[in-house]
Amino acid sequence: MALPTRSRRTPRPSAPLPIVILASAGAAFFIIPLLGLLLRTPWTSAWQQLGSPEVLTALRLSLLASLSATAIALILGVPLAWSFARLTFPGRSVLRALTVLPMVLPPVVGGVALLLAFGRRGLLGGWLATTLGVHLPFTTAGAIMAETFVAMPFLVITVEAGLRSMDTRFEDAARTLGASRWTVLWRVTLPLVRPSLIAGAVLCWARALGEFGATITFAGNFPGRTQTMPLAVYLALESNPDAAIVLSLVLLAVSLAVLIGLRDRWLGAS
Amino acid sequence: MRARVAAALFIVVTLGVASACGPTGPVSASQSGPSGTLTVFAASSLNAAFTTIGADFEKRHPGTMVRFSFAGSSSLAAQIQQGALGDVFASADQPNMQKLIQAGLTAESPIVFARNDLEIVVGKGNPKHITSLADLARSGLVVVLCAPAVPCGHYAAQTLQKAGVRVTPASQEADVKSVLSKVALGEADAGIVYITDVKAAGDAVEGVAIPAVLNVVAEYPIVILKDSQNRALARAFVSYVLSEGRQTLARYGFTNP
Repeated sequence: MALPTRSRRTPRPSAPLPIVILASAGAAFFIIPLLGLLLRTPWTSAWQQLGSPEVLTALRLSLLASLSATAIALILGVPLAWSFARLTFPGRSVLRALTVLPMVLPPVVGGVALLLAFGRRGLLGGWLATTLGVHLPFTTAGAIMAETFVAMPFLVITVEAGLRSMDTRFEDAARTLGASRWTVLWRVTLPLVRPSLIAGAVLCWARALGEFGATITFAGNFPGRTQTMPLAVYLALESNPDAAIVLSLVLLAVSLAVLIGLRDRWLGAS
Repeated sequence: MRARVAAALFIVVTLGVASACGPTGPVSASQSGPSGTLTVFAASSLNAAFTTIGADFEKRHPGTMVRFSFAGSSSLAAQIQQGALGDVFASADQPNMQKLIQAGLTAESPIVFARNDLEIVVGKGNPKHITSLADLARSGLVVVLCAPAVPCGHYAAQTLQKAGVRVTPASQEADVKSVLSKVALGEADAGIVYITDVKAAGDAVEGVAIPAVLNVVAEYPIVILKDSQNRALARAFVSYVLSEGRQTLARYGFTNP
């Protein structure tokens, strides 16, 4: 509406028929499974299922673990993103590739790697247990760690992209006006990349919430301690399919809300 | 110790890809028997034995191919109920077989083809000196069991109840192989699995026998599925399992019904 003359001059492209057909098939491929889930949902007992102690326990643990994972990812991931965006040091690209590797690694492999590093017989796990008395496998801390491992890369690359695309002249101006590096970071850089920080944190949280493979491999499965929602869905599918469907629906709703919430930030930026 | 970790890792990696290097059966190519591809859903605990049986069956009946889908019996039953296409289902317990019978998905009544006993699995050398089910209740011991929804978890609960032992597991694993790998990796001190799993794991773990009075015997029923596209081949496979297959099963630690 803002530019009526322009939109009139460039007519809408009409799509060739094969494209329309293939695109519809592609869209259907995503929509049909969701429809399947919605149509099989036992709506009448849905609230009852949601209120059951097992579901509530899994829900509570999932929220705790995913929010903790996001907090850790912010504390460790933002400095990492800043280092990748602002510093040049030998091996940077290799290090960067290693830190985003969990995005493409099968999560189960991540879980095995975590076990070999932080398990009782692992690289650091033995030392952690004997000197600090810290046990990670089979604990909620282990579940949080597994989620952080898989989800933090989403925050790192989002924040890094934000830092790279921001106008660094604001930082330069602040520096010439006598602000310390720390002040510049807190008062100029971070406020400027706030949209990326929020988008990265939300993506990271959503990924942590859906984490399955690394969690069940590294932290195991025990209700109230390490059985997060996706694990509960997997096991409920075998004994109580209705509960599994309702839990899946909750995860679906959360994911959808995240995507819709981020839509403006993402599509608006491009 | 490094060798041990490597051995444990090796087990974890190869659990899903059991070797198919059993002795070759006599080849009788002249037989004009069944042909085509057969899909068999089988409990994870059958992985090694059925892979061997499948290879032997293919040699006995040239032109056939047996494909396996190994998973927890309850997962498989759920998959079949959701419409997964296959010819034969071999379960590690009766309740999951009953689910399919009630859903009208079986072609005939199932036959028990093997039994399996439970055993306590511990790390190599039994470092925590576990000798009985009662030892599993010791404090400071990390014990993992199968989840109650999975047959091995159901059986483990039964045997612990018989022994009057209360165990708080560190984890309720989704299948029996996960219990085994947690012990093989040294993350858990002990678990309750099938004898056949301890046998298949080789040197990385050791088994501690559970006395027969306290043990729970798992029954393995096999059935042809109603939606089987190749019933002749399915029947040939089931009868092979019930005849020559028994020797192979015994070699992997199963007992005959």
